[in-house]
Amino acid sequence: MSEPITLTIDGREVSVPRGTTILEAAKTIGVVVPHYCYHPGMSSPAMCRLCLVEVEGAPKPMPGCVTTVAEGQVVRTQSDDALNHRKGVLEFYLVNHPLDCAICDRSGECDLQDYVHAEGRGHGRGREPKRVFGRDDFGGDVLFYGDRCVMCTRCVRFMSEVEQDHRLTVVERGSRSVIDTFYEEGLEGTYWHGNIVDICPVGALVSKDFLHKARAWDLTHTPSICTSCSQGCNIELHTRDNLVQRIKPRENLDVNGWWICDYGRHNYEWMNHQERLEAPIARRGGGSKAVGWKDALSALLDKAGSLGGASVKAVASPFSPNEDLGALRALVDGLGGGDIVFRSARAEDEVPLKGFPALARRSDLAPNTSGAELFGMRRVGNDDATGGLESVASHDGILVVLGDRLADQPEDFGAGAALYVYLGMHDSAAAAHADYVLPVTTHAEGEGTFTNHEGRVQRFWPALQAPGMARPAWLVVGALVAERSGGAVSRAASEAFASLGPSAPAFGGITYDDIGARGAVINESVSLTGD
Amino acid sequence: MAYPYVSDHEVRIISEHFGDPKQRRLETYVERGGYQALRKAFDMGPEAVVEAVKASGLRGRGGAGFPTGVKWSFMPKNSGKPHYLICNADESEPGTFKDRELMRWDPHQLIEGCLIGAWAIGSRHAYIYCRGEFFETNQVLARAVEDAYIKGYVGKDILGSGNDIDVTVHQGAGAYICGEETGLMNSLEGKRGLPRVKPPFPAAVGAFGMPSTINNVETLAVVPHIVAHGGEWYRQYGTEKSPGTKLFCVSGHVNKPGNYELPLGFPLMKLIDEVCGGMRRGNALKAVIPGGSSVPIIDAEESARCRLDYEGCVEVGTMLGCASVIVMDETADVVRQVRRMVDFYAHESCGQCTPCREGSAWTAQILRRIEDGRGTEEDLDTLMQMTQQMVGTTICVLSDSVAAPVQSSIQKFRDDYLALIRRGERVGAA
Repeated sequence: MSEPITLTIDGREVSVPRGTTILEAAKTIGVVVPHYCYHPGMSSPAMCRLCLVEVEGAPKPMPGCVTTVAEGQVVRTQSDDALNHRKGVLEFYLVNHPLDCAICDRSGECDLQDYVHAEGRGHGRGREPKRVFGRDDFGGDVLFYGDRCVMCTRCVRFMSEVEQDHRLTVVERGSRSVIDTFYEEGLEGTYWHGNIVDICPVGALVSKDFLHKARAWDLTHTPSICTSCSQGCNIELHTRDNLVQRIKPRENLDVNGWWICDYGRHNYEWMNHQERLEAPIARRGGGSKAVGWKDALSALLDKAGSLGGASVKAVASPFSPNEDLGALRALVDGLGGGDIVFRSARAEDEVPLKGFPALARRSDLAPNTSGAELFGMRRVGNDDATGGLESVASHDGILVVLGDRLADQPEDFGAGAALYVYLGMHDSAAAAHADYVLPVTTHAEGEGTFTNHEGRVQRFWPALQAPGMARPAWLVVGALVAERSGGAVSRAASEAFASLGPSAPAFGGITYDDIGARGAVINESVSLTGD
Repeated sequence: MAYPYVSDHEVRIISEHFGDPKQRRLETYVERGGYQALRKAFDMGPEAVVEAVKASGLRGRGGAGFPTGVKWSFMPKNSGKPHYLICNADESEPGTFKDRELMRWDPHQLIEGCLIGAWAIGSRHAYIYCRGEFFETNQVLARAVEDAYIKGYVGKDILGSGNDIDVTVHQGAGAYICGEETGLMNSLEGKRGLPRVKPPFPAAVGAFGMPSTINNVETLAVVPHIVAHGGEWYRQYGTEKSPGTKLFCVSGHVNKPGNYELPLGFPLMKLIDEVCGGMRRGNALKAVIPGGSSVPIIDAEESARCRLDYEGCVEVGTMLGCASVIVMDETADVVRQVRRMVDFYAHESCGQCTPCREGSAWTAQILRRIEDGRGTEEDLDTLMQMTQQMVGTTICVLSDSVAAPVQSSIQKFRDDYLALIRRGERVGAA
């Protein structure tokens, strides 16, 4: 690597690699120069003219997004000149902007609002009638409000440079310029177009799914991991009233950049499912009764203890986090060992994002298949996640099901088992013969980690409150393991993760702190800060 | 000969054959000594040609006035990439009509200039990007290039020299912004005509991503004469800093509007009074825009002091631009003229940069309101301030071109605006 360049931004010395832009260099010291057209994942047309900064010696203000740093350069982003330029440009934006913030979906997270409040003029000088473009359905999930558009062309460039499917363009020129689609179908049939809503700096492109659903300031943002395939895209769950309202991508250059696919983006309603198991259920002699956790677990342990030597079979789910799967593996091993199988759906093809080669919607449609395999679990059944459980269904020893809803299984599933424990989020017809039906949480309600297709362990955080008495499976199963072995109970997901080493050595030596918000690849040396 | 009007003050170098349809024919052009300069250039070698043009002091005739020889010397040597010479024939500046005449009366003069320019910068392909609306001109040019190919003046092994240079005439689609050099290159490549961010400059990354030089029609048309007679010969005309002759496109309220080739440094009033036969109906002079609509307007007093060269115009607060002299007499309605110019720029803004996209249309709206008698005095302050926000803040200078006439007219003809604002009285009638 060549020598770093040292320059001064707002009076502070900054050292960055050669070729860095002023805007990116400023970011490294926490100075965000306002900008619209610039996006780190795409080319920079330098056309919004908002990131103009004062560079000593330059005859004109320079666009920070394309001007690269030079040795000894002196940049001022907050000088009177720079502020005046931004104030001027912001005024031009407002000449035709409808200022319909009160009914705009973007209000509260709008870059135009933010910049004008921070640096714009207090009063508009525009007296002329505003330009009207009206609304257009771009197809797919996207509605276009032409009047709000700031003509940054991020959406056009996303479709042409990142998705590489030229569906959008600018038509006309000058102040008549407007974004439009080429064909009648618009964005229909593209797989990544939801991202143009995220990168739109204003409310010009909005999601039909989210339209008028919630105000931005009412949403709680929780970092999470997408569960729609094994890519492990970093996302945020935006929740209100204990319901997921939408999914937004979270930047992680190692996994998904700034993007997520439309399938993952819209696959959240299941997290809001209302018909959930809310209390442990014990079934004895044909009756079934809701019981407390303590009673359920101690009765379960007594029963298991009385079955010393019985063979164990278990069904797991690749939608369960590493912590849950590790606890299940420990339980099965503690009971004398046995086969753990899982089923997961596979798509025929991957859907790559051409402009960001690391990212694709993977054919493996579960988030934690790698994790399950690390715990020695075996995939069975068909590519639509059915079948493959014949020998399990008729097992006569101890049978544990965790996370698989068994939707395709008959009612007599596990009827012959000596002890059948079903841990799930939803009741199932195939749990009719379960001795204990125990309510567990979804990943959206708990904390934990998934291991993605390349072996990257990534954390997610709780976004929703669990219904009733549902508890994380690592806690429930971990309590059973601890009780049987006399060991310590994991009280936190981080502890549960720390205890995975014995059943899956790959996880040994990694802690939640190592994983952080970016993830850590197993079997790779973890670089610690300062090394 | 009476090409529309001629004057004894003229020094007709590139306009010598204006009005003579025979000159369009390759045979006539060759008979009159055409393509001899090309032969001489091949003998001299590229470096000597660049030196000769440098010595002549020729400055770009497209408006900016950058020394042509210096521009050529920016082209990389031995880059291993194809180089392109582009002739900017997208003449669209309101008030300008010189390139059209150069192309339609003397197309081979331009083709020869393109070939010499291409030779000088190591290019094997010259493009002439001709304005879309110039239908006749495009046909004349295309015909001339075809003839030159047939007779071996263009193409493979030109004049038996072993040099290959192709010439392509590209007809634009009718956008003012495609006359901006990088917008032109995008358009030439088949993209939207959006000006590019500089750097990189065309000499490094130009048309098709390759080193390119772009010159105005008039610039390239002079080149054969400079090569034929030498740089010192060209310096006998004009001034020290602005050598040579220049075509002046005079329009407006003069008795004999037209194209006049005059030595640079010619006094503006002499141009109006002697060359152009004086003001229409003997009216008094009110204002002059000396360099096409994008330069500041000057009043009668400033006009009296104005020498028509690059420096002389700057001295009176305007620019020579492409020497398109628009003359207005006392009957002119300055507000209306400015509004029409701004309307033009608002219509032609490519729409990339916010200050230009929004600012030009907003300026036009305010001016229209003032013209309709619904303006206020604050509007003038708003206009002055918001046009200032358009200067130097955009990728190209179209935005600056909106500010120039607005700011200069408010400064110099404020009374015209105030008459409309206070009493709804329109000054002038045109």
